[in-house]
Amino acid sequence: MAGILAFGAHVPVNRLEHVGIERTAATRRVAGPDEDSLTMAVGAALDCLRGSHRFQPDYVGFATTTPPYAEKQAAPILATALALPDETRTVDVGHSVRAGTTAMLTALDAVTAGSAHQALVCAADTRPWAPGSIEESASGDGAAALVLGKGDVVAEILGTVSLAADWNNQWRGPADPFVRTWEERFAPIEQYPPLVSAAVAKVLERAGLTPAGCHKLILYLPQPRANRRLAAQLGFRTDQILDHQLAGMGSAGAAHAGLALVAALESAQPGERLLLVAAGDGVDALLLQVTPRIRDFAPRQGFATALAQQRPIAYERYLHWRDLMAIAPPRRPTRPRPSAPAAWRKRLVNMAFCGARCRICGTAQFPPPRICIRCRARDEFEPLPFACQRGRVQTYTTDYLALSPDPPTPLAVVDFDGGGRAILEVTDCAPGDLRIGLPVEVTFRRLFAGESLIVYYWKARPVHGGTPA
Amino acid sequence: MIRGIRDRVAIVGMGCTPFGERFDCGADDLVVDAATMAMADAGISPDQIDAYWVGTLKSGTSGLTLSRPLQIRDRPVTRVENFCASGTEAFRAACYAVAAGVSDLAMAVGVEKLKDSGYSGLDVSLVPPDGAGVDFSVPASFALLAPAYFQKYGLNAELGKRVLARIAWKNHQNGALNPLAHYRRGVDMDEILASPVMAEPLGIMDCAGVTDGAAAVVVARAEDAGQYRPDPVYVKALAVSAGASSGDADPFYDFTTITSAADAARKAYAEAGITDPRTQLDLAEVHDCFTVTELVLMEDLQFSPRGAAWRDVLDGSFDRNGVLPVNPDGGLKSFGHPIGASGVRMLFECYLQLREKAGPRQIRDARLALCHNLGGVPWSCISAVTVLGRHPEAL
Repeated sequence: MAGILAFGAHVPVNRLEHVGIERTAATRRVAGPDEDSLTMAVGAALDCLRGSHRFQPDYVGFATTTPPYAEKQAAPILATALALPDETRTVDVGHSVRAGTTAMLTALDAVTAGSAHQALVCAADTRPWAPGSIEESASGDGAAALVLGKGDVVAEILGTVSLAADWNNQWRGPADPFVRTWEERFAPIEQYPPLVSAAVAKVLERAGLTPAGCHKLILYLPQPRANRRLAAQLGFRTDQILDHQLAGMGSAGAAHAGLALVAALESAQPGERLLLVAAGDGVDALLLQVTPRIRDFAPRQGFATALAQQRPIAYERYLHWRDLMAIAPPRRPTRPRPSAPAAWRKRLVNMAFCGARCRICGTAQFPPPRICIRCRARDEFEPLPFACQRGRVQTYTTDYLALSPDPPTPLAVVDFDGGGRAILEVTDCAPGDLRIGLPVEVTFRRLFAGESLIVYYWKARPVHGGTPA
Repeated sequence: MIRGIRDRVAIVGMGCTPFGERFDCGADDLVVDAATMAMADAGISPDQIDAYWVGTLKSGTSGLTLSRPLQIRDRPVTRVENFCASGTEAFRAACYAVAAGVSDLAMAVGVEKLKDSGYSGLDVSLVPPDGAGVDFSVPASFALLAPAYFQKYGLNAELGKRVLARIAWKNHQNGALNPLAHYRRGVDMDEILASPVMAEPLGIMDCAGVTDGAAAVVVARAEDAGQYRPDPVYVKALAVSAGASSGDADPFYDFTTITSAADAARKAYAEAGITDPRTQLDLAEVHDCFTVTELVLMEDLQFSPRGAAWRDVLDGSFDRNGVLPVNPDGGLKSFGHPIGASGVRMLFECYLQLREKAGPRQIRDARLALCHNLGGVPWSCISAVTVLGRHPEAL
């Protein structure tokens, strides 16, 4: 039976505690200025693919309402960052908070049909809310990743249901800066109950189960405050309902269902049944049963550990990162657009952080040169991945002059544990935390965009928990 | 048989414009002013110069940068560039031309016009065309030297910062006596220590001035120098060294040294016959783009043993009245750093000192001088070390 082979998450460290001019209390995660839905998806994917077991997907589904491009498929960028071969099925799923679960269903179909063996599904979101809106304080940015397949699954998918609906509930036109919403009473009273009930009833009936037979209900609604009442209406007890705010993450749009599932799986026991329901332009429902294999799998870091890293930020900083508050830039030249041919030649280096090892003297080096930095042999190299390597800071500085949305910029010379060195920006790090010897890992981030062409690259960040790759 | 350059070439004339925020001057004006001064100093007319080189990073491409404003007629004119070592590179080319016997007189001009850009700091980028790389500011790239040096030699952050400030203090004291310098007032240690941070731990007072200026030099073969002046200055060594630039990929490099400077210095000392630079040199002009650079260079140039330069700095060993005066004209710090001009400006101070024309900055019995000019960043740079002497055939 098909199911989930692996799971992972990415949670931004930035935590917003107050919003608005009135400083209304909030608890939510905010993607940093060097993060977007794609970078978070890469983070979640590596968390999933390079944990206790190594996976090599042949299918990549990327789900979000906030893709990096209106036209330029994101799943191939994700596949490149993961150094996957050309023959990888890629699909972008978007335009709805239901995209995450829809991507899971589509991947499940591919696995069931045999056209994919390990289907990676990444769901990520950074939904744009108007300052002062109710949703602003309750929304969160993050990403979840799952690998679907057959065989040694940690959770079997017992059944699925997918219902479609044309709802004017939350929408965004091409030129709209923020998500628009109808008043929040409408959908929970009139639209969600009948369709969610129908989906839940069908998926449980097909499996011969009742709500009491489920250990956890993971219910995502675009209006999270309606969660508890609807769950009760469906016949679930309070203790069965997973916290919709995910302990301070916030309501994460297309990523939410996946993140909630990851959170549930991290503490799940074999035999437990999880009912995952996501509403948005329809309703998707998946019924899962945890297997004993859950004890054998661990993501590289995981959701709970990621959530424990926190950097409180002020509301003004969040507004500036979202380009909602312009700040006078330093007098520095603007960066030119990136050269497409140069980026193409360097794609494995820049996107997958792939270096090389000299076949003659064994020296690890990044980036891969033509001539070995140690023995001077020419063109005698094997590829050597650096994306999951850890290292230590050899020396560092904090740059107050460089163009940055989040100055000053910490920079470090990183010596990798497996050999090799790179000079990198350090992210998710307060300048005062930099020191010689600081253990760091690398993370996929967004540097800038020139003429809308985004330059992605890797940065260092302090290591927080988790097991080394 | 390779003979080297020692005592084969002499400087017979030089000129240097006032350095500063020269909003009144374009690159053309600076070039004309510097070249005119140098020719007047040598007592020659433009037609006597057989070949020209101009060193500049961003203030002009091709030799036309020089030939057009000077209205040079029918001569070889070439632009050379090695980042901030462009000035020395132009000088080196001119020296080789006369030493080879291809030219009788050659001129090198270094020029940079930085203040038209409107930017804070240097408009120089290390980012590759694909955009994927750290967008260093120049101060950040040199600031990496500081924690590594401090850690290796046991200085805490506060002591380290004081050592750096003492270097800035010295150079401003010297610049205060120099009518051509960009900054001409002494600055006390408290002001230096409190200056706004540019790249930790470097404050703005640890950074060279962003400056416009030009300097020019005329060279002839040593045996002909007497035709132009009674007191020429002789070239004892010209050593340029570029490393493999692998310090950003090779953990072997520890960021406490500038390896190209050490290599160029060894070669220059061998060529000039110098065995103990600290006692044999009477002054040195070094590339203090940042205070930490000067600190590290004291060891790379063998003025201090490894790990001891910081003590020498605090002891005043490199002050104007110290064991070996370093940057008696104020250095890049207070004379300012017009990128292509600095290498030639360093020669200018040595040219004055060796001929006892340095006025209130004059160092007694100045016979042997060193210039170190650096282009690039600590892990990827070119160093040019020049040794000049008052007397041919003798140190």
